[in-house]
Amino acid sequence: MGRYVLRRLLQLIPVFFGTTFLIYYLVWAVPGDPFAGKCGERPCPQSYVDFMTEKFNLDKPIIVQYGTYMKNLLQGDFGQTFGGRQISDLISDAYPNTIKLAIVALIIEAVIGLTAGVLTGLRRNGFLDNLVLVSTLFMIALPIFVLGFLLQKWLGVDLGIVKPTVSNPPSFGELLMPGFVLGSASMAYIARLARTSIAENRRSDYVRTAIAKGLPMKRVVGVHLLRNSLIPVVTYLGTDLGALMGGAIVTEGIFNINGIGRQVYRAIVTKEGATVVSIVVILVLVYLLSNLLVDLLYAALDPRIRYE
Amino acid sequence: MRVSKRAGVVALTTAVALVAAGCSGSDDSDTGKGSGDTANGAITIDGTQPEVGLIPANTTETGGGKIVDFLWTGLVQYPNDGGAPKNAVAQEIKTTDSKVYTIKIKPDTKFHDGTVVKAKNFVDAWNWAAYSPNGAQNGSFFSDIAGFADVHTEDPDGDGPKKAPEPKAKTMSGLKVVDDTTFEVTLNAPFSIFPTKLGYSAFMPLPDAFFSQTPEEFGKKPIGNGPVKFVSWQDNVEVKLTRFDDYNLDDKVKIKDVTVKMYQEDTAAYNDLVSGTLDFQQQVPVSSLAGDKWKADLGDRAIEAQIPVMQILGIPIYDKRFQNANLRKAISLSINRQEIADKIFFNTRKAATSWSSPLAPGHTDNDCTVCKFDPAAAKAALQAAGGFTGELVLYYNADASHKEWMEATAQSIKTNLGINVRAEGIPTFAVFRQTINDHKMKGIYRAGWQQDYPDVENWIGPLYVTGGSSNDGLFSNGQVDKLYKEGTAAPSVDEAHAKFADATKIIDQEVPAIPMFEVTQQSGVSDRVTGVKTTNVGEIDLSSVQLK
Repeated sequence: MGRYVLRRLLQLIPVFFGTTFLIYYLVWAVPGDPFAGKCGERPCPQSYVDFMTEKFNLDKPIIVQYGTYMKNLLQGDFGQTFGGRQISDLISDAYPNTIKLAIVALIIEAVIGLTAGVLTGLRRNGFLDNLVLVSTLFMIALPIFVLGFLLQKWLGVDLGIVKPTVSNPPSFGELLMPGFVLGSASMAYIARLARTSIAENRRSDYVRTAIAKGLPMKRVVGVHLLRNSLIPVVTYLGTDLGALMGGAIVTEGIFNINGIGRQVYRAIVTKEGATVVSIVVILVLVYLLSNLLVDLLYAALDPRIRYE
Repeated sequence: MRVSKRAGVVALTTAVALVAAGCSGSDDSDTGKGSGDTANGAITIDGTQPEVGLIPANTTETGGGKIVDFLWTGLVQYPNDGGAPKNAVAQEIKTTDSKVYTIKIKPDTKFHDGTVVKAKNFVDAWNWAAYSPNGAQNGSFFSDIAGFADVHTEDPDGDGPKKAPEPKAKTMSGLKVVDDTTFEVTLNAPFSIFPTKLGYSAFMPLPDAFFSQTPEEFGKKPIGNGPVKFVSWQDNVEVKLTRFDDYNLDDKVKIKDVTVKMYQEDTAAYNDLVSGTLDFQQQVPVSSLAGDKWKADLGDRAIEAQIPVMQILGIPIYDKRFQNANLRKAISLSINRQEIADKIFFNTRKAATSWSSPLAPGHTDNDCTVCKFDPAAAKAALQAAGGFTGELVLYYNADASHKEWMEATAQSIKTNLGINVRAEGIPTFAVFRQTINDHKMKGIYRAGWQQDYPDVENWIGPLYVTGGSSNDGLFSNGQVDKLYKEGTAAPSVDEAHAKFADATKIIDQEVPAIPMFEVTQQSGVSDRVTGVKTTNVGEIDLSSVQLK
């Protein structure tokens, strides 16, 4: 187990350098001079362009730019945005909000999705099953921004139950609506995954044995059935957590949340390679670690899985 | 010519009337009922995260520009209705030859840190901005001043590998401090409109404190001399401002606190506005304009105002196919602007009828004869030009909402001229601008122009004079250049305007670009505030705001 974790952690190193270089290269390859559209409908003064080019090493070859950036990064210096702000400040301002939103969304989708999945998996083809089937289909089909705008308009503007946008930093209460919107599609997937998994395992030998042994139904479902059926759901939740941590450009935009997705988007548009890579570095680490966590959870859920 | 002079006089009288009204207005409110609420009132307005630190000479985008405008007051100020500028920090600006200006400032205005605004604060600030190693975005605004070439050098071959040579001097020889309240500006050549330029943010004074720290540090905690002072700035969240109680010019604010809240989406701001948590949104989202939804949502809280912005179609004159003036005329005459304004913009744009914004002093109504929709004359002009072979492509940047009107324009030209026309989007504004800056456009392209300072000169010099800063199509006409030069060298503003009107007449024959629409702005306020006016560039006029 320890060796396995160590091996996985060591694998992070090449992945880290590979992804950061790829991202750096991609941003660099985005067409358009970063200062061409900076001064509106007129070209920026050459003196300004010269100044910025020199400050950010933009006239050097890509390898040199990346090398300089990496050297600084390994010394803990994330660098500056074109606007002169520390990228580390930018991340530390925005990331807590993204994490909060991701946690709220994850809890909402896990609780509602699992409840619906377990209930329908145990009682298939009933009214509830059909209701969940139809409503999850609806949620998967509905683009996230439609749901976001609709809820914002109904609850925020027309009924005035909640504020249409969040304050900063947002409280958990304020994030309920954005979290629900963000988690809606995943919620539907989880409900369906859990339902199928439960329904399948319901007919398996060990469940029949458990019932035949005379175990109470509560224990059969709660311990034997649920634990084995959770594997696909946990896999899904793990990758979803990674995705949610990567920020949500659309949801953050609708509810005016100062999160990481918006920063990445802005940086890509303005061709700020250092900003994009700095944020992505963190996202890559979060993604890899959450995947590792999921893999370790498998072993806890399923005794047949062992890591050497 | 006559029209232009009269317009100048009218503008001047309006400006004087406005000053008087401004004064009495603020007196009333001090004694009026409800002033107690207003005096301690706080409002929240929408904004976007400034891209760079808040230094006037380094801010060109609207997010930071708006806050800079609140924090600083210049030598002159522009009235809300676009009339001629009036003195603000300046006591008087004197010249005998339009080349040497003696500027006397009011002796008792203060920066937010308590220091007095002196003549040297202007001179030092301008020298800093013009000195090219400082890389200020507005550096080129000082190119009129004598000695600019010595402090501002450029990389000889565009960018890399050679560096720009070190400037010969650190200060411009044309700037001289006479005493604490007087300084003298000598220009390279006579320029009659120079005093009008002085209200633009590039010309704001900087306190001594600016020079004792790095520009980055100052930009995060700016110290200005305007009616409100800086309190705090939380990146991507908000900038807090509060009333500067020692402010002693006309445009004092009556409310106490102003929060500029950053939004990434205008729809989010709009929902806040409708539900009452936001007090002012400068431009409501496009989605709320259809069918006048915003008017239904906001009722009497809706404000519509013309802003000095025009949408223009740029023509690459450097492309051989577009060098015939008759062809350019034919294209302009064949566009049914009114129909596009009705159908696509729901009348939030006005069909252009002149070469400058009506908000610019010196403007002449209807001086664009090619802005008419006249298919017959268009066909005749096309024939005179010898027709057009091949495909005419209209380019726009696809990352903003330009597709619809550009396609409608293409269709209008196609139908009325019978030539092959289509519209094509270029993915991002950066790539679009780069192609324009490099003079590589292969067709007509969308452009927009917002005046930097209110004068008809700003609608001619940068756009249509040889070597103008935004003359992207490389139009060049000896007569226009000559008349423009005579105008800028004229001893008075009225005579200058007369020359500019003559230049416009030639421009109207040559059609170096195609004026399309005058832009109006649709703003909204909450029901807590009253009396809200917008400035000549459409920003909220903080001095007008009162709480109900």
